[in-house]
Amino acid sequence: MDVVMLSRIQFALTSGFHYIYPPLSIGIGLMLVLFEGIYIKTKNPLYKRITKFWVKIFALTFALGVATGLVQLFGFGTNWARYSRFVGDVFGSALGAEGVFAFFLEAGFLGVMLFGWDKVSAGMHYFATICVAAGSHFSAVWIVVANSWMQTPQGHQVVGEGNASKAIVTDFWAMVFNPSSIDRLVHVVLGCWLAGIFFILSVSAYYMLKKKHLEFSKATMKLGLGMAAIVLLLQLWSADSTSRGVAVNQPSKLAAMEGVFNTEEATPLTLIGWVDEKNQKTKGIQVPGLLSFLVHRDFTTPVTGFDQIPKDERPPIGIVFQSFHIMIAMWGLMALVTIAALYLWKKRRIAKTKWVLWFLIVSVGFPQIANQVGWMTAEIGRQPWIVYGLLKTTHGVSPTIVSSQVVMSICMFIIIYVLLFALFIFLLNHKIQHGPEDEDEAVLQPEDPLYRNLKKATGRESR
Amino acid sequence: MNEFTLSLLWYLIIGVCVIFYVALDGFDLGVGIMNFFTKKDQERRIFLNSIGPVWDGNEVWLVIVGGALFAGFPDVYATLFSGFYNLCMILLAGLIFRAVAIEFRSKRESKKWRLIWDAIFSFSSLFIAFGLGLVLGNLMDGIPLNDDKDFVGSFAMVFRPFPILIGIFTVSLLMVHGSVYLAMKTEGVLHNRLRVWAKRCMWVFVGIFVFTSVITWIQAPQLVIRFKEEPFFLIVPILALLAILNVPRMFARNWDGWAFLSSCASIVLLFCVFGIGTFPYLVRSSIKPEANSLSFFNASASALTLKVLLIIVGIGIPLVLAYGTMIYRIFRGKVKIDKTSY
Repeated sequence: MDVVMLSRIQFALTSGFHYIYPPLSIGIGLMLVLFEGIYIKTKNPLYKRITKFWVKIFALTFALGVATGLVQLFGFGTNWARYSRFVGDVFGSALGAEGVFAFFLEAGFLGVMLFGWDKVSAGMHYFATICVAAGSHFSAVWIVVANSWMQTPQGHQVVGEGNASKAIVTDFWAMVFNPSSIDRLVHVVLGCWLAGIFFILSVSAYYMLKKKHLEFSKATMKLGLGMAAIVLLLQLWSADSTSRGVAVNQPSKLAAMEGVFNTEEATPLTLIGWVDEKNQKTKGIQVPGLLSFLVHRDFTTPVTGFDQIPKDERPPIGIVFQSFHIMIAMWGLMALVTIAALYLWKKRRIAKTKWVLWFLIVSVGFPQIANQVGWMTAEIGRQPWIVYGLLKTTHGVSPTIVSSQVVMSICMFIIIYVLLFALFIFLLNHKIQHGPEDEDEAVLQPEDPLYRNLKKATGRESR
Repeated sequence: MNEFTLSLLWYLIIGVCVIFYVALDGFDLGVGIMNFFTKKDQERRIFLNSIGPVWDGNEVWLVIVGGALFAGFPDVYATLFSGFYNLCMILLAGLIFRAVAIEFRSKRESKKWRLIWDAIFSFSSLFIAFGLGLVLGNLMDGIPLNDDKDFVGSFAMVFRPFPILIGIFTVSLLMVHGSVYLAMKTEGVLHNRLRVWAKRCMWVFVGIFVFTSVITWIQAPQLVIRFKEEPFFLIVPILALLAILNVPRMFARNWDGWAFLSSCASIVLLFCVFGIGTFPYLVRSSIKPEANSLSFFNASASALTLKVLLIIVGIGIPLVLAYGTMIYRIFRGKVKIDKTSY
């Protein structure tokens, strides 16, 4: 394989692994704001215990997010030097803003959130929690802005020729609010919320199944199911808006997502199927005219197909089509489990219905898979461009590296990630088995006040 | 502000961030290397817990340096990270393995278990320190860049005698820094022993310092031009040497905190020496140095980006410093091992 393909695989591997964690921080961050908000409002100590427990899990996902994020920071420069030179001026301000506003808001107030329970007032602590949650969301904002610029570049000017060409920012706010930023940001953040919500549902269902911490798990289940229902509906709206944006701004990507080869009137929507690239046909269950309707809001206007896109500007259609459809299937599974669980909740049978508890336990994976394949759709769908319409992926790679180097580093990353994932599961399992504190934690020892609590919170208990 | 001033300012900001990184992560890397010199489990736990609450915060400065380079000097970022591909990967592996070792080491009682993680902790600290020195050495000596500013050397080329010397120099410096930090954080017999070690490390470092200075004077004329033109600058390396020699004096007065500050001052001054020697270049090219080198003015981002970044940094850095100060205040004093420690 050539350096470009290997570097793409490496980037997919490192960013895919990284993207397990930030959605969890963002989603759990949102839920922490809600849990602690209820505590502040009702003074019910149950919600303090809930918040305390999930703060610990948050700290773990945050730590893993930082460790894997370090790899991302290196990754642009090591494998995509040409691309880094090209986008540096644009990415610089977005990533700089991410580093400072987001990362430090998060890291800074994480300390207060973790070990400030008895040091600051309840109101101040809630403020810290809001800051941490806001920080994790800001992080998503700037990363998605930078990525959206790669999808729909705007507010820049390309200067220089050939290898020396680069994009220079001419209008900062036009760059930030490029045509796809808002749609994609909403879509990504909702996806993150689902990751956090279903993680909480999964742990709650596990406790119910084991008949442990019942009061605790019922409270988190109730709020989690309610939020899941709302966010799933919002995601449906966001998905529609995002796809129509793609149809306007990146027709080649939309054609690949829906497997459209020929531009024809009343373009059908393929619900389930496969792409036959040899015969240029998409087979499966199709609804005539539905894609035309979804894109144009009428059943006849044709949707741009591959036949209108130059051969060397078409993304790989099969994988984009399937990734996109798996994402939708995952939404369906999440909707299904939420409806089933809400129904049983109303009937007060949920804690006794094992199959739905098991369904909820495994549902932690659905938003994770949806997030992964969603990004695959977005990034593979942009091919062969690394910056849409401006720079081809093949021109973005570092000219100084050779295949054997990348093969070696891919092997290294696989080893590291197996190790990190084992560490994550080990510490996570430890925390889940330990469970929430059953009574309000004792007042801190005067001789080692903050130390002990921070250690506890970050899970560094010795054995 | 014009583009030139903005670039210069951004060059200085990155310099300050690098100094913060080396002064802070430097001592915990040094502690990792000093871990080679003790065998007792209790002492190793004290070493580990002396850096326990702060090492990950220290590493954040590395993220800042990387991000600031990407933002402010995209060409430097692209050239260095792709040019030193293998070295970057080894450093990354080192950083992650080191973090995992710190996390896992005390999770089990088994001797073998702890021995393996201790070895990973110490060796990764050593590799990172040496690797960082190697990069600095290469930047001082100059690396071959073509007209596209891409590195055209081989991996073996990174290991030339001069960069290796700077690598050793860095390791010995961080050993002083780490052992002084440990002396500050320990008590009793161990404390006294660490003071002795710190002094020994210091004399080794002073020897390497003098040797490196002589070699640089003879072998790397491009680095000493400015010192020859303006001998006044020589006061900076001399002060760096005096600062490190000040460590035993402070120990004698029982001012361990001042000893640590002396060692920090020495690091700051050594980076000033580096800056005086290499300015205005960030990456000096050994091929057509005038045209192909990356300097603060030909490799910087556009004026608009630098302006945006400056606003961001103006708000951000005070926050970072306030947060860092708070953490260090909370965890000041001698290390105590309890059941929640590493």
